[in-house]
Amino acid sequence: MERDDNLRLRPPRHRVDRRALGWWTLQSTLFALPLPLTFGILWATIPPTREFFMWATLISCLPGLLYMAVMPAWRYRVHRWEATDDAVYAASGWLWQQWRVVPLSRVQTVDTLRGPIQQMFGLSGVTVATASSSGAVKIKGIDHKVAEALVEYLAARVQAAPGDAT
Amino acid sequence: MTSDTTVPSSATDQGWGKLNSRLLLVNLSFLGAPVGMFLASLVLTGGEANLQVIITSASLFVTFLIISGIGLMRLFTTRYLLTEDRLEFRSGLLFRSRRSIPVGRIRGVDLTAKPFHRIFGLTTLRIDTGEQSSSVGGCTLDGISKAEAHELSRRIIALRDAGRIRPAADDDSVICRLDWSWLRYGPLTVWGVGGVFIAAGSTYRVLNDLNVNPLELGVVKDLERRFGSVPLWYGILVTVLVIVVLGMLGSTATFIENWAGYELRREDGGILRIRRGLLATRSVSIEEHHLRGLELVEPIPLRWAGGAKLNAVATGLGGEDENRSRRALTSPTPRAEALRVAAEALPVGPGLIERGDLLGHPRAALRRRVNRALIWAVLIAAVPFGLGLWLGTGFIVAGVITGVVLVPILVAFAFNAYRTLGHGLRGRYLVASSGAFAHRTVALQREAIIGWKISRTAFQRRAGLLTVGATTAAGEGVYRVHDVTEGQGIAFAETAVPGLLAPFIERVPDRG
Repeated sequence: MERDDNLRLRPPRHRVDRRALGWWTLQSTLFALPLPLTFGILWATIPPTREFFMWATLISCLPGLLYMAVMPAWRYRVHRWEATDDAVYAASGWLWQQWRVVPLSRVQTVDTLRGPIQQMFGLSGVTVATASSSGAVKIKGIDHKVAEALVEYLAARVQAAPGDAT
Repeated sequence: MTSDTTVPSSATDQGWGKLNSRLLLVNLSFLGAPVGMFLASLVLTGGEANLQVIITSASLFVTFLIISGIGLMRLFTTRYLLTEDRLEFRSGLLFRSRRSIPVGRIRGVDLTAKPFHRIFGLTTLRIDTGEQSSSVGGCTLDGISKAEAHELSRRIIALRDAGRIRPAADDDSVICRLDWSWLRYGPLTVWGVGGVFIAAGSTYRVLNDLNVNPLELGVVKDLERRFGSVPLWYGILVTVLVIVVLGMLGSTATFIENWAGYELRREDGGILRIRRGLLATRSVSIEEHHLRGLELVEPIPLRWAGGAKLNAVATGLGGEDENRSRRALTSPTPRAEALRVAAEALPVGPGLIERGDLLGHPRAALRRRVNRALIWAVLIAAVPFGLGLWLGTGFIVAGVITGVVLVPILVAFAFNAYRTLGHGLRGRYLVASSGAFAHRTVALQREAIIGWKISRTAFQRRAGLLTVGATTAAGEGVYRVHDVTEGQGIAFAETAVPGLLAPFIERVPDRG
């Protein structure tokens, strides 16, 4: 048992694209801005409550700004991916981190998904699904050319791998 | 009979099976619901039918009419045909659909009869093709006669298995049958109390829709007056007691509805078949080579009474919700009985899903559980305490007492949860056990593992722990080993499925 103590998962080989930082920052504003904006409008439009809403606006800004400042950089440190001859391996998350491994012999479908914001940044996401309802590996925020190449590679490898994927 | 002339060759319905015409009666009886509700509201309001009631009832009536209409359409257009190698369905008038399922792909055939169907001797036959996350995976024939359904199901299974080599057919035997003494476990499910609230809520809404203000009803007024005339603590105590008793009655009734006539048997050709149900009868068949493991669940009131439930971990039981309602292999039974059934269902040696010699988890896992218990105790106690700062000392005292009582109880649960943690390999199976209020022990076939999902929260990271999830096509899709050290978890995963994780493991010399 003692020999296990110094084992650990190494990070996957490739980082996601740098532009993912921009994508995550933009995404985080959707979470961070609505509340301070609402308070800000009230502050500007209802004079008698001015003081209360001023503080409300400023205080409600804090968690959002903190989130915007920390989350994208942290994610960028964690998010990584790798495809070998036999498996796909990806790490994701920030406070809550995940490492997923799927052997290519068990892959059922390989999809790309590009949301509107991802498209703005020229990014793409690849989902490698298995027969398990919660076994998919998702690699988000990679350059869309890289994603295409990855999908092509995986499709070819998956076809070559024997087995019925269950 | 008007045959479908738009389909070119083989246009006749020769040999095609139809839904039973008694389905007509089932559909008509649905119309009873809105009519009954209208009459009930007339009685409750004393014969005054105002506009809102009429509109509500009329719209309900129209809705039910449409539902019946759709049902009738299905009755007249659905056809099915079982040939040597495939099962064909045709249905629809405006949107015609044809489906053809190769017999070899059929994983399960289930018969379910809803109460109305049963009155008219009908049943629903469901074909499962084993796709886990899509609704198009299966096909249903809703409303054929019972005899026809049994015959069809027998023929499908016979055809499917014709080309396969099967173990000797002499093992058609009953593994487990309902023992009515297990009814004592009936009141011990937590759903009962929740069910009381759900029932009260929906009664309130229905009455409200019918323009009867439930709070103005004589019965309710009377109760309210009585509640006001006794001391507050007495009123609360009686209310809680009444809710608990109603809840227990409810869960006992549910137990009877679900488990009357329960029987688990191994049928010809390696199929486990579960039959159960009083009003709605269910029959689930699981092919043995789709049975990828077992799960023993011991939720708290049941565990204290020495009971347990056994679930199948199998592919082809449908999506998440369907899997939940179909995976049960036993009713709540004595623990020993559940273990006996487990040993018979998966004959791989004794003690497969017992805690026994499972490896324990590091002390850090205990610390996490104790911390969590303390945090919950403080949070719960903080509610009356906080109210007390505002409302007066009575609540502060209540808050302190709550905290003092909760801390030892929750910490005891934390220790119990820690002792429950365990993992190990037993032959072809990975076994993991965890849980605080409900203990779960799962045994999953190692070949059925189709990937790893390893996760770590910020708190686990500080404690040097992680959670290893084995993903699979069977059951819930992922089964987890909670809170192991990084090295322990990774080594365990690599031993369970050799080679999969190996390329991604590295050694850190300076940590040991």
